[in-house]
Amino acid sequence: MNQQEFRTGDTPLPDVVILTHKLTRDYDMGSETVRALRGVSIQIRKNEYVAVMGPSGSGKSTLMNLIGCLDTPTAGEYWLNSQKVSDLVDDELARIRNKEIGFVFQTFNLLPRADALHNVELPLIYAGLGAKERRARAAQALQRVGLGDRMDHRPNELSGGQRQRVAIARALVNNPSILLADEPTGNLDSTTGLEIMALFRELHDAGQTVVMVTHEQDIAAQAARVITLRDGLVATDQLQAA
Amino acid sequence: MPLFEAVVLALRTLQAQKLKSGFSFIGVFIGVTSLIVAWSIVNGINTYMTDKFAGTIIGVNTFHLRRRPNFTPNISDSTWRAWARRPRITFGDADAVTNALTVPVTIAWQSSDQATVETGAKKVLSVDITGASERYFDIKNLKIANGRAFTAQEARSGVPVIVLGEEVALKLFPDRDPIGKQVRIGGQPYRVIGVVEHQGKLFGFSLDRFAVAPARSPIQDMVNPPGIIDALIVKGATLGDMRDAMAQAEEVMRGRRHLRPRQDNNFVLETSEGVLAFWAGIQKFLVIIGPGLVMVSLVVGGIVIMNIMLMAVAERTREIGLRKSLGARRTDILRQFLAESTTIATVGAAFGVATGVGLSLLVNAASPLPATVSPFSIVLGVVIGGGVGIVAGVYPASRAARLDPITALRQE
Repeated sequence: MNQQEFRTGDTPLPDVVILTHKLTRDYDMGSETVRALRGVSIQIRKNEYVAVMGPSGSGKSTLMNLIGCLDTPTAGEYWLNSQKVSDLVDDELARIRNKEIGFVFQTFNLLPRADALHNVELPLIYAGLGAKERRARAAQALQRVGLGDRMDHRPNELSGGQRQRVAIARALVNNPSILLADEPTGNLDSTTGLEIMALFRELHDAGQTVVMVTHEQDIAAQAARVITLRDGLVATDQLQAA
Repeated sequence: MPLFEAVVLALRTLQAQKLKSGFSFIGVFIGVTSLIVAWSIVNGINTYMTDKFAGTIIGVNTFHLRRRPNFTPNISDSTWRAWARRPRITFGDADAVTNALTVPVTIAWQSSDQATVETGAKKVLSVDITGASERYFDIKNLKIANGRAFTAQEARSGVPVIVLGEEVALKLFPDRDPIGKQVRIGGQPYRVIGVVEHQGKLFGFSLDRFAVAPARSPIQDMVNPPGIIDALIVKGATLGDMRDAMAQAEEVMRGRRHLRPRQDNNFVLETSEGVLAFWAGIQKFLVIIGPGLVMVSLVVGGIVIMNIMLMAVAERTREIGLRKSLGARRTDILRQFLAESTTIATVGAAFGVATGVGLSLLVNAASPLPATVSPFSIVLGVVIGGGVGIVAGVYPASRAARLDPITALRQE
């Protein structure tokens, strides 16, 4: 990647959505310390479509958790939208997760007793929006993923692909800076998986920044840029032909 | 997340898990039900004792001058024997006290026993017969429904006339007007001059099974030895009048009995306070025992709710992780689970209030107790019930709030 060198004390360029600088994360496992990340420095610009790959144990889940503000680094810096989030506290991180990050999980993680609309409304509840506006925006997000006619269905009344679409609508409803997907097709058959990938492509074309963790080569091939991790370090980082 | 949202969410969860929630609020439900019912029953007994029992037996602002107390719970044999040795109240005592009182009061004599009242054809057994003076009807608040009471003139000269209770009148003269007819007590004839209006029941005993005749009439032979009365009843217009009259009566009696200053009274001036003091003792006991029982069920209810909530937190770890990843702060999660436990408890308390009020109405309708639900007990029931929910929810909720989102999301 042709990027400017970042030094401690610098501020990222305005169009850099994600910047990590020498990010490390150690897990204290009692007798030994597991060094999951050993100094990862990456920059992701607005409207990039990035796939993070790597074998299990390479640190991609750890990186994912740090980028998603679910975890804090042992050392190093993490800048999200020109805001240094690596030293924020719990509640501030919750606010960042709410406003800036849209998660898509492998197992969808929908509330089983709530209908699609209510599931999509959830982030807006924590954003403090009124019921009327929440419903309108959640409905809009569901229409965007093609589920305008399934709003009152519960997860068990939906197919796997539809469930993942509800989850994507939920991720998008707060207009986040990044869409963060962890093995989004891992629980889907290949046809449905391709549909979901098409949806990601569509969102990316509409301007959405997408970061996706996967271990499947053909899914990663959908992204414009692939970062490969090995043993807690960036092994390769390359652009692909569209 | 605003509180309102948290409560709506809690209600939705309860609705989804009716059975489990039903079990979890049963402790609070029982606690609040028993609180409301116990309170209303104590209320009822209280009303009954003050209004009906004490009022009927002794009367408001009234004292009885007697040889010994009439209302005597838990009396030892030695006390009883000492009382039996006391001199009795005589006509002379009664006249002396009556003449000495300077406070405006109503005074009546009373001597009672049980006897058979009969006509030629019919008889009524175990009638409370009373030898009295003319103001007895005023003091006892006995209104004449038919005919008249006896006069002061008749009382003084001991004319054998009689006033009957409703039940006695109806049994002796089922289809005739009793006024002017003759009845016999102990072989002596009396002319019926009045019938008292319906009085109802006390502890299931009829208050209409009585007959009253002038104390100086032959009735005296049935109720007391010559020249003796059971009680001189004195009723003041106010409590202050009654107290003054009591002091004067005590002085007169002590003088007549030649009691030295250090000697105790060998008579008694009994007021309804004595009766009520006995009830207050029972009530004190109930006031300690009742809340104790309520507390036990509420504590059990709280523990049940706490366990259910801990289970809910364990079951919904993944949901908590998800909510956190979507931007829920610790306080949001804390509030959600606190709202849930409080809602469970409050719903339980509400059902408890409804059932308690229902049972109290039932007691009121099916028993002589005027059980009344105190509005305060309803408020207290709901507040305590909700409070149990909050207290029981704190620990599970704080556990939920502290969960690490990554670990929580990984939970199967």
